[in-house]
Amino acid sequence: MELSTSILLTIALAPLVGCLLAGFLGRFLGRAGSHSVTILGVAIACGLSFYVLYQLTAGGAPVYNQNIYTWFEIGNYSAHVGFMIDRLTAMMMVVVTFVSLLVHIYTIGYMADDPGYQRFFSYISLFTFSMLMLVMSNNFMQLFFGWEAVGLVSYLLIGFWYKRPTAIFANLKAFLVNRVGDFGFLLGIAGVLYFLGTLDYSTAFAAAPTLVGRSLQITQSTHWDAATVICICLFIGAMGKSAQVPLHVWLPDSMEGPTPISALIHAATMVTAGIFMVARMSPLFELSETALSFVMIIGATGALFTGLIGIVQNDIKRVVAYSTLSQLGYMTVALGVSAYAGAVFHLMTHAFFKALLFLGAGSVIIAMHHEQDMRYMGGLRKYMPITWITMWIGSLALCGVPFFAGFYSKDAIIEAVGESHRAGATYAYFCVMAGAFVTALYTFRQMYLTFHGKERFVVVHDHGHGHAHGHDDHAHDDHAHAGHDEHHHVSHKDDHGHHEPGIMHETPKESPWVVTLPLILLAIPSLLIGFFTVGPALFGDWFGSAIHVNEVNNVLGEVGKEFHGALPMALHGFLQLPFLLVLTAFAIQTYIYLFNPALAERIKNALKPIYNLLNHKYWFDAVYFIVFARGSMALGRGLWKGGDAAIIDGVMVDGSAKLVDRIAGGVRRLQSGYLYHYAFAMILGLILLLGGYWLVGQ
Amino acid sequence: MFNHLLSLLIWLPVVGAIPVLLAGAGRPNAARWIALAVAVLTFVLSLYMLPLYNAADATKQLAESHVWIASLGVHYNLAVDGISIALILLTSFVGILVIVGAWEVIQTNPHQYMAAMLVLEGLMIGVFCATDALLFYVFFEAMLIPMFILIGVWGGPRRVYATLKFFIYTFFGSIFMLVGLIYLYLKAGSFDLATLAALPLSMKEQTWLFFAFLIAFAVKVPMVPVHTWLPDAHVEAPTGGSVVLAAVMLKIGGYGFLRFSLPITPDAADAYAWVVITLSLIAVVYIGYVALVQEDMKKLVAYSSVAHMGFVTLGIFITFMLVRGSNNLDAAKLGMQGAMVQMISHGFISGAMFSCIGVLYDRLHTRQIKDYGGVINVMPWFGFFYVLFAMANTGMPGTSGFVGEFQVVLAAFQANPWIALFAAFTLIISAAYTLFMVKRVMWGDITNPHVAEMKDINGREWFVLTAFAAATLVLGIWPQPLIHLMDSSVTQLVTQLANHKI
Repeated sequence: MELSTSILLTIALAPLVGCLLAGFLGRFLGRAGSHSVTILGVAIACGLSFYVLYQLTAGGAPVYNQNIYTWFEIGNYSAHVGFMIDRLTAMMMVVVTFVSLLVHIYTIGYMADDPGYQRFFSYISLFTFSMLMLVMSNNFMQLFFGWEAVGLVSYLLIGFWYKRPTAIFANLKAFLVNRVGDFGFLLGIAGVLYFLGTLDYSTAFAAAPTLVGRSLQITQSTHWDAATVICICLFIGAMGKSAQVPLHVWLPDSMEGPTPISALIHAATMVTAGIFMVARMSPLFELSETALSFVMIIGATGALFTGLIGIVQNDIKRVVAYSTLSQLGYMTVALGVSAYAGAVFHLMTHAFFKALLFLGAGSVIIAMHHEQDMRYMGGLRKYMPITWITMWIGSLALCGVPFFAGFYSKDAIIEAVGESHRAGATYAYFCVMAGAFVTALYTFRQMYLTFHGKERFVVVHDHGHGHAHGHDDHAHDDHAHAGHDEHHHVSHKDDHGHHEPGIMHETPKESPWVVTLPLILLAIPSLLIGFFTVGPALFGDWFGSAIHVNEVNNVLGEVGKEFHGALPMALHGFLQLPFLLVLTAFAIQTYIYLFNPALAERIKNALKPIYNLLNHKYWFDAVYFIVFARGSMALGRGLWKGGDAAIIDGVMVDGSAKLVDRIAGGVRRLQSGYLYHYAFAMILGLILLLGGYWLVGQ
Repeated sequence: MFNHLLSLLIWLPVVGAIPVLLAGAGRPNAARWIALAVAVLTFVLSLYMLPLYNAADATKQLAESHVWIASLGVHYNLAVDGISIALILLTSFVGILVIVGAWEVIQTNPHQYMAAMLVLEGLMIGVFCATDALLFYVFFEAMLIPMFILIGVWGGPRRVYATLKFFIYTFFGSIFMLVGLIYLYLKAGSFDLATLAALPLSMKEQTWLFFAFLIAFAVKVPMVPVHTWLPDAHVEAPTGGSVVLAAVMLKIGGYGFLRFSLPITPDAADAYAWVVITLSLIAVVYIGYVALVQEDMKKLVAYSSVAHMGFVTLGIFITFMLVRGSNNLDAAKLGMQGAMVQMISHGFISGAMFSCIGVLYDRLHTRQIKDYGGVINVMPWFGFFYVLFAMANTGMPGTSGFVGEFQVVLAAFQANPWIALFAAFTLIISAAYTLFMVKRVMWGDITNPHVAEMKDINGREWFVLTAFAAATLVLGIWPQPLIHLMDSSVTQLVTQLANHKI
């Protein structure tokens, strides 16, 4: 049965309606009303997305590709708003709406006493709408709309607690770094229109082979391959949105936003938009070996080196953030070796387990009364068993332990990279392999520091509740500390008046059901989804025409020759190098954090230079801040004072005014009003005139 | 009555200013209501152009023709095409909003203020209707007078400097145009724009004329390096003056290029298109950096206007490269449409931004960014609008700010990827200067105790900002109706560029 336009429109617009209701009428709807309408909107979208996926997979529905309305039409150029729904899209829709729905529910608990409750729901529904527009688009214009719109919502949500200087620094930074990527992205789109004459996906992809052999004139004598230019430009967009090195710097800072959006936007969905986009553009990327090599090397670098930073983080959310950077690197590597299906498959499994890890971290943060520093945690497993167990499931999935979802996707990527012969593939293989070890190192460290070992906080029961509640109005302004040193604990609110690290006023307890239910619902796919879908998604032809791979590049096909089902693959996985690396990391971290905690400090001191390098994030932020932020301000000031004020106004405008003034001043002196001056002047003039005639006459 | 619709649109506000003036300082409310009624009526009448106008027909329509000065062959000739209609609609739309916006803000001689606004509105509509060069010139110059008065009387402390700079700058520019027009008249014996467009001119003549027009219109747009009057004029102008200045008056520069430079001097314009393109790109990049360090909100938005108007001139002049260089008519139309959409869109967004700054200024009597901070805490609804317009200013898709810039960048890439590269830099720099301002004004904790006492927007301000927001969003979500309105006119304009005059 064909997909109906009205269903697709409902999917896209239901969250938007929820957003508008909660945003504009939030005061009338109240808290419960606002979360009800937004949850209803997203639930409708989620249910129908599952229906669409079902129709495409089992119902025999053909790919849907129709325009809804004409955005502009100029000559032969046109842009539309329309949907293209194939299996790739449907999978993304399900992931987006499912995670979004759970995050909506989770938010009821997490934001329970936040004054911006309705606003928050409005934003996350707006995000869901934007993300759906992005993935459902059938053309580059709408893709760019969704692309920018999710960036806008990300900006609003990172700066949700707008009183905190760190938050409003982070959101500006995120927006601007993303705009650097979008700059490339826009040029890529312009290149598509130039070479392929259309903004429509299907027409552009059909015309893609005509790109071969065409080039773009850069200078008189330089010509660049058209496909390479287009693909690298588009990928620069992906580097911004999907936080690839060197445009990754915004993502860790985005943790300033409330945890639910860290899970939804900055882990599960928005940051994977770049991955989705490249997979969607596979017919173009397949035309450029150079661009794919570039993609692969960027991805591999991110996979290993951002993961390393995760090892030295103390903020529980930042560990997960660096883990996200690293995992996005894995997806990008997969794209770079033409294993698009592998990238998208990892995108899906990652969406579940990473959302789980973030929401789990959020649950811990609630229990710790917004303490995020893991050095003041420990031993939490007995207080919050559901969070503990679900987070372990997420962690094992992240590490790629066989049978867990992450294993299937990550192992396939590592093997695919191993099969690739693309320039730089050896480097990439090293990075993803070493990355597996690094992933396990930071993950187990995080789990041990948080849930195991001795409690590193004390519970002090004070009875000064009258005093404590006096601070409730200042829900989140007391952490308005400048700078963003993660050794400070970066909690956003403190219901209890003061906030000495390691001092708790009540015993930590398990979070309410609205928080734990999403954890459980995410733990299930984190555990199982890989096992049940790996066959068709990776090695079957499940994505069909949505993903195009040239036969010579088909590394997943090579890997698939060894594939005999999910069970043998997992059993085989136990003997493979990635799992042995995870095991080694497990042993190391278990020894250090359960048996010999002092060792961590000793290693840190022994490897001081490396520690510093990692702790300063390779100095990316510092250098960027000096060069781009300070540099641009200095340049602007120089141009303003030097160009506008000194040259244009000073010399040209006021200069000519002064010149006129000076001439006029001179001339004015002649008009003194004294008769004898004029008489004198007349006589002088007469003499000159007559004298002149006389001279000429001679 | 509809035979003289264009005359009515011009003279209704001008004549309507008389009863407003007569109401006098003693009856300010009567003056306000009459002014509002005139503005609304003008807007409603301007909407009547839409059903009367046949968008499929590229010729100028709703024409009126009377001999004005017989001895000089000057005619009172009016007619409109899709581009003029779009700009007239913009003018009459903004006309209402500046009257409402000034309602109780202007306390000294509100009747005179309202009257000046109405006269200004009528004269600007006249500029967009005139098809006689001298008539155009008369309107073009005459509208300086009410603007001069608006800034000079209701302006800020340095208003004398600003008005003089504004007047001399623009007058300086238009003198060159007058000389050019006289030359053309001597040659053609007519001021009729269609006649002048058909007049054969040597390359040398065209070059002189092209630069004469360029100076006149470049000052108006304004283009780098003759833009420095704009920040000063804006800073000193009252809110309404700034809104009209940014939303409509700057567009007259862009409109002038279409009506004079392109049809009359096509070969010279082609030869020197690179000059305009270079200046436009400098406007985007250089002015972007200058805007980044502004401490006065109005200056910042004024500089931002210069940068955004760079897309208008860019879109107009890359058409030469596309038509004559690669005979790429569709791309040329795309660029030209982008420029036109950008004009309308910038009218909404800059008008809205200046209105927002007016809202803040009315409460705190300062435009310095450092005096604010944390405004969102006390004015959440205002914050919604402010951030919306700021985003539109950064070219966010879904707002009108995206449409024109997107089209111009796409077209520019076809002309030369390097041009597109510099133009696309706006994505970064416009976001930087706009959101850096938003960060310092809107977000953060309240540091200035006076900010804590600010009240959120009242009903009147709601009306103005909602109208701007609706226009910005509608145009951003569905630009096709506007593009369709202008399509045949743009097509004709672009097609004519291929015709050589020598």
